[in-house]
Amino acid sequence: MSESFSEESKAELKKLMDSYPDRMSAVMNALHLAQREFGHISYEALEALSKEMELPVQQLEDTASFYTMYFKEPVGENVIWVCHTLPCALRGSADMFNYLKEKLDIDAGETTSDKRFTLMKAECLASCGTAPMMQVNDDYFEDLTEQKIDKILGKFD
Amino acid sequence: MEKILTKNIETENSHRISVYMESGGYEAWKKVLKEMSPEEVTDIVKESGLRGRGGAGFPAGLKWSFVPKVDKPKYLVCNADESEPGTFKDRLLLEKDPHMMLEGIVIASYAIKANTAFVYIRGEFANQTVLLLEAIQEMKEKGLLGKNILSSGYDLEILVTRGAGAYICGEETALLTSLEGKRGYPKIKPPFPAVEGYLRSPTIVNNVETLCCVPHIINNGTDWFKSIGTEKSSGPKLYCVSGHVRNPGVFELPMGVPLKELIFDHAGGILHNRKLKAVIPGGSSTPVLTESEIDINMDFDSVAAAGSMLGSAGIIVMDENTDMVDACYNLSKFYAHETCGQCTPCREGVPWMKTILGRITNGKGRNRDINLLLDICKSIEKRTICPFGDAAVAPVKSYIEKFREEFDYYIEHKKSMIQKNVKSLDAVN
Repeated sequence: MSESFSEESKAELKKLMDSYPDRMSAVMNALHLAQREFGHISYEALEALSKEMELPVQQLEDTASFYTMYFKEPVGENVIWVCHTLPCALRGSADMFNYLKEKLDIDAGETTSDKRFTLMKAECLASCGTAPMMQVNDDYFEDLTEQKIDKILGKFD
Repeated sequence: MEKILTKNIETENSHRISVYMESGGYEAWKKVLKEMSPEEVTDIVKESGLRGRGGAGFPAGLKWSFVPKVDKPKYLVCNADESEPGTFKDRLLLEKDPHMMLEGIVIASYAIKANTAFVYIRGEFANQTVLLLEAIQEMKEKGLLGKNILSSGYDLEILVTRGAGAYICGEETALLTSLEGKRGYPKIKPPFPAVEGYLRSPTIVNNVETLCCVPHIINNGTDWFKSIGTEKSSGPKLYCVSGHVRNPGVFELPMGVPLKELIFDHAGGILHNRKLKAVIPGGSSTPVLTESEIDINMDFDSVAAAGSMLGSAGIIVMDENTDMVDACYNLSKFYAHETCGQCTPCREGVPWMKTILGRITNGKGRNRDINLLLDICKSIEKRTICPFGDAAVAPVKSYIEKFREEFDYYIEHKKSMIQKNVKSLDAVN
């Protein structure tokens, strides 16, 4: 099944490419745009991007496959990243992760059966002063406790 | 100390240009455009003694002066890819005072005669990216950015590229490769980016906090800047304190503040009145210090003299209940996840260290594992293109050297030496 960008996104891509000194330099932002449009970076998404940017699909795939934030597989509506690097680990991130794991009944890298949440372990998110913390989609949630997690997840109901 | 870099952060809407300009913002930029040549700007920054706040501590003005006089476009890149574990100062500046950083960027760009500047911001900072783009738009509306800025004849555009979750892209050559739309692979230096960087053109890469210092140097002069901090590390510094302290956070203090003052005074001392066991002074890649080694000042040279590094000033404090083998394992997982895979010693060695540390903490350690770890360290160190290999080795080597008995105990007794009511790396909440 082939994918294609909306007219609005095509215009945004064009603007992006025109703003950089060379077209390849627009790729990082273009991949974010593609992920926003298609949910994840499938081969079809890369083909659509390749068509718009007039760059080889292999080159785009080479870049996309290097970075954690470009999802290779479909993810849930909301992606939860729980930081587990040392400063968060010292403040109880393992307990927070296990709480989420039980609550959502999924492990790291998995998606709930209703497709609402994907749970991930994240490396340091530059929020060590307010550990433990997690990121849900674009937002940071800091100084976590189990009660706070209940409240945060409630917002997505 | 009077707050300099964080003076606006408590003000409401501090991210707005109106608030920034009310507190004297962009006066330095106007002064530079009206009164100063690019060479004069570089000279002042050189004279101020400003050293890079990203980790290496290289003199910023000197770096700028390395840009060759060639007929090629020049580029200024602001490194906002803050991702060294224990570091969270640039995020504060990006959220609360993006215009201070932008003013530093335009002045630095002018100094190196760049007409295009980039902010490479870490991918997870999605909301901060939105703020930054708004701030750039505000600058354009005020005529502080774009073509023929304030009728000076100088043109400048600032572009924002979002990373996508790769620690290695904080390393400047990897950052530039990523900026070019490729996998974030570091390159061998020389050539240094100042000579051959983005698209093989002269490029200066500076950290967010470094650039934030620049407008203040222009406004207040080099003597003022040098009056803060130490002789060889001048100016204000943002210290990040995390881990087992009562009051973690970012503290703005002069370069060279005593580490003990930071931990026990500003950060409120150790949680639950426990004893301090170890401190990582400059982000996870710097060698750990024991309780007996922390009577030092936090400037580049003093921390180096103590056998570690000021790095990004990400201070991670660990109390007496911390299982140091487990802490080491935690960091080895980080480095194993983040190795870019380009150089064999790092790609193979770092995950191998993780495997070994994992089996030790699982009570399955073998007698020769510690020597094996040290052997792997030796095979990685100084054998890779970029400093990541050395960064991944530093925790393992220093933890074994300083807490050897904990490693030996684990292997002999198949369990941690740390007797604790709680698991070491867990709840304090």
